[in-house]
Amino acid sequence: MIPVEILVIGGGPAGLCAAVQAAEMGSKVLIVDRNNTLGGQLVKQTHMFFGSEKQYASTRGFDIANILLDKIDKMKNVEIMRKATVLAIYEDGVVSLEHKDKYIKIKPKAIVVATGASEKNLAFPNNDLPGIYGAGAVQTLMNEYGVKPGNRVLMIGAGNIGLIVSYQLIQAGVRVEAIVEAAPTIGGYLVHASKVRRMGVPILTGYSIKEAYGTDSLESAAIWKLDENWRGIPGTEKKLNVDVICISVGLSPLSELLWQAGCQMKYIHELGGFVPVRDTNLHSSVKGLFVAGDVAGVEEASSAMVEGYIAGMSAAAYLGYKLYNMKLVKEDLMNQLDSLRHGPVGEKIRRGISNLTIEHEAAASVDAL
Amino acid sequence: MLDATGIPTKEDLERVFPTEERLMQGPTVIVECYQNIPCNPCYTVCRTGAIKEFADINDLPTVDHSLCNGCSLCVSNCPGLAISILDMTYSEDEALLKIPYELIPLPKPNQIVKGLDREGVEVTDVKVIKVIDSKALDKTPIIAIAVKKQYAKIIRSIRLEE
Ligand SMILES: Cc1cc2nc3c(=O)[nH]c(=O)nc-3n(C[C@H](O)[C@H](O)[C@H](O)COP(=O)(O)OP(=O)(O)OC[C@H]3O[C@@H](n4cnc5c(N)ncnc54)[C@H](O)[C@@H]3O)c2cc1C
Ligand code: SF4
Ligand code: SF4
Repeated sequence: MIPVEILVIGGGPAGLCAAVQAAEMGSKVLIVDRNNTLGGQLVKQTHMFFGSEKQYASTRGFDIANILLDKIDKMKNVEIMRKATVLAIYEDGVVSLEHKDKYIKIKPKAIVVATGASEKNLAFPNNDLPGIYGAGAVQTLMNEYGVKPGNRVLMIGAGNIGLIVSYQLIQAGVRVEAIVEAAPTIGGYLVHASKVRRMGVPILTGYSIKEAYGTDSLESAAIWKLDENWRGIPGTEKKLNVDVICISVGLSPLSELLWQAGCQMKYIHELGGFVPVRDTNLHSSVKGLFVAGDVAGVEEASSAMVEGYIAGMSAAAYLGYKLYNMKLVKEDLMNQLDSLRHGPVGEKIRRGISNLTIEHEAAASVDAL
Repeated sequence: MLDATGIPTKEDLERVFPTEERLMQGPTVIVECYQNIPCNPCYTVCRTGAIKEFADINDLPTVDHSLCNGCSLCVSNCPGLAISILDMTYSEDEALLKIPYELIPLPKPNQIVKGLDREGVEVTDVKVIKVIDSKALDKTPIIAIAVKKQYAKIIRSIRLEE
């Protein structure tokens, strides 16, 4: 059994920021990630990010990951374990993981779970044909491994991921035939939509996929118009010659470890599915277990980073570490979160979170210090 | 309309375009940002105060075209690629339009390319005047194109001949 002070599970923006903050307060941190490259979703984001300077706005995603990793490199009290998949968190607080074909057990004093989210699938006839991928998977193929997924793409979903991956497909020299979106309006940022539209990609709102065709792999697809009950209207079918379909219909939190640890979970549609109940310090219902980022509610890297700092601070404070101006720092972080979520796009997130917060009676929280 | 197609309407454009009077005085910025999203780099990068401080990061950018000198710093810093610079005083019958362009290969100066409107439809041929791809632009090059004045407000993108 390896003793550890603070274990951070997941090295995406949330986990990295949690580690930075907790280490700055003096605690010893171990970050584990199942990938070889740390940075989570940031690694494949070649576009500039939104937000404000504090969240590295107008910097590209992969550059943000490098900024955070450089910071961590300089810290003596943070260790990183790559290619290590956490398998379980037991009730007694023991965490087990698989690393280099070995099964390892760790006993941390506090845990920050920052495992992110996974792509949702969509049911339609022949959706198992080769050539049909999640949009995030295609982004990984292209931007991390330099592999072109095909030549003509149908994108399903006009949220930010669908729009951004469409743009990056065009940058890679792939033709995007259309983006279909079942809702009557575009879900992602309109600046992203206008950007792909003026490159000639039609965005068809009120449309969805009817069926995919092909023998050994995808050869074509039929899309159709939806009525107000989201049912396909016969006679409105259009056939598209595509060899790739990208599905981008949302993410759901990767919360298996939280269920297993016994965290109280709640279904919040706006946050992508079941998410952990927590207090404003991001302390879950399980003592010493903190959450941050997409696993706590699908949102953005900007908010994931701020949540990471808060969770890292709370975990360190829970172990008795202090920062001389902790109250001020926490206030600033809370204000950043508030302002990121303040607009009409963040309304959904605010509504979701308001259904979720608990007051914690747990001993040492940031407020009590 | 915009939120169903990604194409701004004439009214949308009129709301963000500088006045004719300002356009006749030299290069100025056109900020096509119509939706309240948490974003403000256009303000933080602008040195002349032409883009006003955001009271709330979700506000739309407020532009004072009389202060903008067309320096184009904001063009490559906008993550939405929503900003362009229009100079209606470029020549007798042509305007100079500067747009962000993130595709490869980059066009070359003097190359004739297709000018596309906001739907991606080819409108007319345009001539590339300058390609700026300095380190400061951080991989968002700026292309300056000469456009017949009647198309200056219509063209917003380019396509290179295959
Ligand atoms: C195409 C696309 C475009 C985006 N664009 C933007 C944008 O412009 N601006 C913005 O702010 N956000 C954007 N986002 C969203 C942003 O990337 C995510 O919200 C953010 O990465 C969430 O951070 P996270 O740390 O919670 O999770 P992730 O980044 O997903 O990181 C989770 C990490 O946990 C690891 N992990 C998971 N389970 C385990 C386990 N059991 N054991 C060990 N390790 C594990 C994973 O390997 C991963 O590295 C975009 C997302 C996508 C997909
Ligand atoms: S072009 Fe220069 S002066 Fe004008 S708004 Fe942009 S940054 Fe400011
Ligand atoms: S930087 Fe671009 S997208 Fe962001 S607020 Fe300014 S104009 Fe809008």
